[in-house]
Amino acid sequence: MALKLVVIGAGMASGRAMEHLIEANDELYDITLFGAEPRGNYNRIMLSPVLSGEKSYEEIVTHDAAWYEAHGVACRFGERVTAIDRMRKVVISEKGETPYDRLLIATGSAPFIIPVPGRDLDGVLAYRDLGDVNRMLGYASKPGTKAVVIGGGLLGLEAAAGLKARGMEVTVVHLMGHLMERQLDASAGYLLQRELERRGIHVICGANTREIRGEGKVEAVLLEDGRVLEADVVVMAVGIRPNFGLAQSCGLKYNRGLLVNDEMKTDDPEVFAIGECVEHRGVCYGLVAPLYDMARVAARNLLGFHETFEGAETSTKLKVTGVDLFSAGDFAEGEGREEIVYRDAMRGIYKRLVIESDRIIGVVMYGDTADGGWFFQKLKDREDISAIRDTLIFGPAYAGGAALDPMAAVAALPDDADICGCNGVCKGKIVAAIRGGAETLEAVRAVTKASASCGSCTGLVEQVMALTLGDGFSVPSAKPICGCTDLTHEDVRRLIKSRELKSMPAVWQTCGWKTSCGCHVCRPALNYYLLADWPEEYHDDPQSRFVNERNHANIQKDGTFSVVPRMWGGLTNPRELRAIADAAEKYNVPTVKVTGGQRLDLLGVRKEDLPAIWADLNAAGLVSGHAYAKGLRTVKTCVGTDHCRFGTQDSTGLGVALEKRMWGAWTPHKVKMAVSGCPRNCAEATCKDVGVVCVDAGFEVGVAGAAGMDVKATEPLAKVAGEDEALEIIVAFVQLYRENARYLDRPYKWVAKVGMDWVRERVVDDVEHRRELVRRFDLSQKVFQKDPWAERATPATERAYAPLADLTQEAAE
Amino acid sequence: MIAQHRWIDIGPLAEIPVRGARVVKTRFGCVAVFRTATDEVFATSNACPHKGGPLSEGIVHGRKVTCPLHNWVFDLETGEAEGADEGRIETFAARIDDGRVLLDRALLVKGVA
Repeated sequence: MALKLVVIGAGMASGRAMEHLIEANDELYDITLFGAEPRGNYNRIMLSPVLSGEKSYEEIVTHDAAWYEAHGVACRFGERVTAIDRMRKVVISEKGETPYDRLLIATGSAPFIIPVPGRDLDGVLAYRDLGDVNRMLGYASKPGTKAVVIGGGLLGLEAAAGLKARGMEVTVVHLMGHLMERQLDASAGYLLQRELERRGIHVICGANTREIRGEGKVEAVLLEDGRVLEADVVVMAVGIRPNFGLAQSCGLKYNRGLLVNDEMKTDDPEVFAIGECVEHRGVCYGLVAPLYDMARVAARNLLGFHETFEGAETSTKLKVTGVDLFSAGDFAEGEGREEIVYRDAMRGIYKRLVIESDRIIGVVMYGDTADGGWFFQKLKDREDISAIRDTLIFGPAYAGGAALDPMAAVAALPDDADICGCNGVCKGKIVAAIRGGAETLEAVRAVTKASASCGSCTGLVEQVMALTLGDGFSVPSAKPICGCTDLTHEDVRRLIKSRELKSMPAVWQTCGWKTSCGCHVCRPALNYYLLADWPEEYHDDPQSRFVNERNHANIQKDGTFSVVPRMWGGLTNPRELRAIADAAEKYNVPTVKVTGGQRLDLLGVRKEDLPAIWADLNAAGLVSGHAYAKGLRTVKTCVGTDHCRFGTQDSTGLGVALEKRMWGAWTPHKVKMAVSGCPRNCAEATCKDVGVVCVDAGFEVGVAGAAGMDVKATEPLAKVAGEDEALEIIVAFVQLYRENARYLDRPYKWVAKVGMDWVRERVVDDVEHRRELVRRFDLSQKVFQKDPWAERATPATERAYAPLADLTQEAAE
Repeated sequence: MIAQHRWIDIGPLAEIPVRGARVVKTRFGCVAVFRTATDEVFATSNACPHKGGPLSEGIVHGRKVTCPLHNWVFDLETGEAEGADEGRIETFAARIDDGRVLLDRALLVKGVA
């Protein structure tokens, strides 16, 4: 006579357990299955495709009526179990008592509902079962429905994507700083957020829900910061908790979950428990793989074996079509932990392995998760990966095979593959640096920082060098700044930052300068590096400036100077023109010329007259045009929508705004900009250091053009809709150039060394990084955005600019 | 006639920036008066023999100055151009006395080096 097995809970775990049991022996037990939902076992993790409409309920059913019938399972769906009497070994339900010999509890979990006011309103839903899905779909039938999903974890995001697919306007509100923080690190979380936003899902991180508002039904969600989000439906997906009230009330031991031993038995040897309701060795599981493992173990032990569940490493995949995401293990940074990172920003691919004691302990993948299982296997096996570490990140295609050729693997890498995880240096940047003359490992390190931190990628960097240089590799030729030092510009820039060198003597001392006070080559460079890196601490040294910057005027071949007042965006007016004409006459200026940058140049002014002519021009509201500076020179513009019948945007306005924001900033070399109001490009923006071409849809920002000794068109940096964003991107680009380029490299030379992708990632893609750049630029501007003419139109400067003594009347003897 | 003093006081040392220079006008052109990092003073002709660049506008390093126009480097003591460049600037005796800069009156006589 068969034993009686009662199963409470018709979920994925119990379904799997029954399968194992019946497969092994379908005569041992008479099975009765209780399920609270009015339907049988279905694949709960496939609810998201049902919500999004990619699958139907029928497709996700794992065990249908025919299966139960064929295997003699008595189904009691929709019938609530109210108590368990362990003394009499009966399960008490709405329709009576059911005796058992063995009991399997698989009551799963319940969604956690955060205790905010309004949580009981009509329209506040959980996301747990098919009923929830059907309720959500009920709301989706009305066009323009607004949904707020509280919780940016796995479930919340799947719900959000599903609701969006059903045509709702969806906002995700997440408490933590980035999405899926339990499964993803910040980088992958960011890529995910970007992708969801690209799909039109609005994401708010770091937001706490204060209240759900509405009269009878949901109308809005109020956040702690005061923001109000309109909502017709609110989905709470902040987490789950084990559901074991039934077991609890019959006296079984519990903690966070119903306690089970390794054989999946509760403290009553006749009562087994599996799934999300249990706690095993202190862990409650919410993912399917360990639950299936529990089901297998419980089934075997119900058959009389003594198998054990040892706990499990879990991995996660997000089931949103087109979003590939994989995470497993522990990916926090920590003492003794190393990481290997592969980043392909353009294609949105990110892979990160966390290594501890030569073993993979964490995997985070985004964009391309094909190798996730392979890494996960190594993680679970605690396999020593030291022998294949060099190519590990490239997956099974390159590692583990007999013919392991790291060179082939490196050769096959795309240019934007990350080589140095510490400093985020991609292969393309290293190749560009090598082609730019960095032919030793030290030089590559200095130029790119690749292998300059933990050094673990040194071998990879050397392979890139060997591939790029061929036989030329190993020729040591790092070029020092000048004869005063053996260090390169890049070495010194790095040391100034890392050693916090804030004065010229500090640099000379720390870097072992061979001369007492440098020379005309290194001093202007050091002066620039110091003031760019330490705007608030370093004091500009005029004696380390070339003549033009020291005098704030351009020296001419006869020793006279030229004076160029600033004309914002090339605009002027009669009052300014009169002042310029008056000054030209008063100081006998022999030549007045229109410059290439849309300014007026007064040539042939004597040095001793400079302070006076500046004072006169200042009085008319004119300031220095910095025509002498390694800094922002001019922003050329066309008349744009103001006058031109072809103009698409206010190009003059943007040019003026750019110039007002950026004047006075010192840069490694001069920076010339232009804004053209349409693609006819009358301002010649496409050969400037920074050039904007306006189009109907917004602004095309190009950088790294040249029209001097080299002629080169700009490369596209970003296309943006708004003037503010264009401005911010340009400011960030210039700041990145200020912080990283070598002195006297124009932007196009610098970009050739670091690569456009590297620039774009920091200036366009990584919004946080961009804002930091802007913040540092603005800080620097607080110090340097001062009109040098106004500061020097003083008697002291007048005296300093005049001869110290006039001995023309002095007698010789 | 009483012989005039050999030294002419041209002004306080503080009026010349450290690692900088000022010019003094004479009937035969400008003389550049340099002040080094160690507060030595040197006087030379202001014009570079190459293209006449104003040496007083150059960058002063050690006992040298670099011409602002084309980077010729001159030794302030000897007046000789350094490196591959060939040329020489006139030098004149100069000294500091009690914070004042004094130049040799000889520089007022054209052709005296």
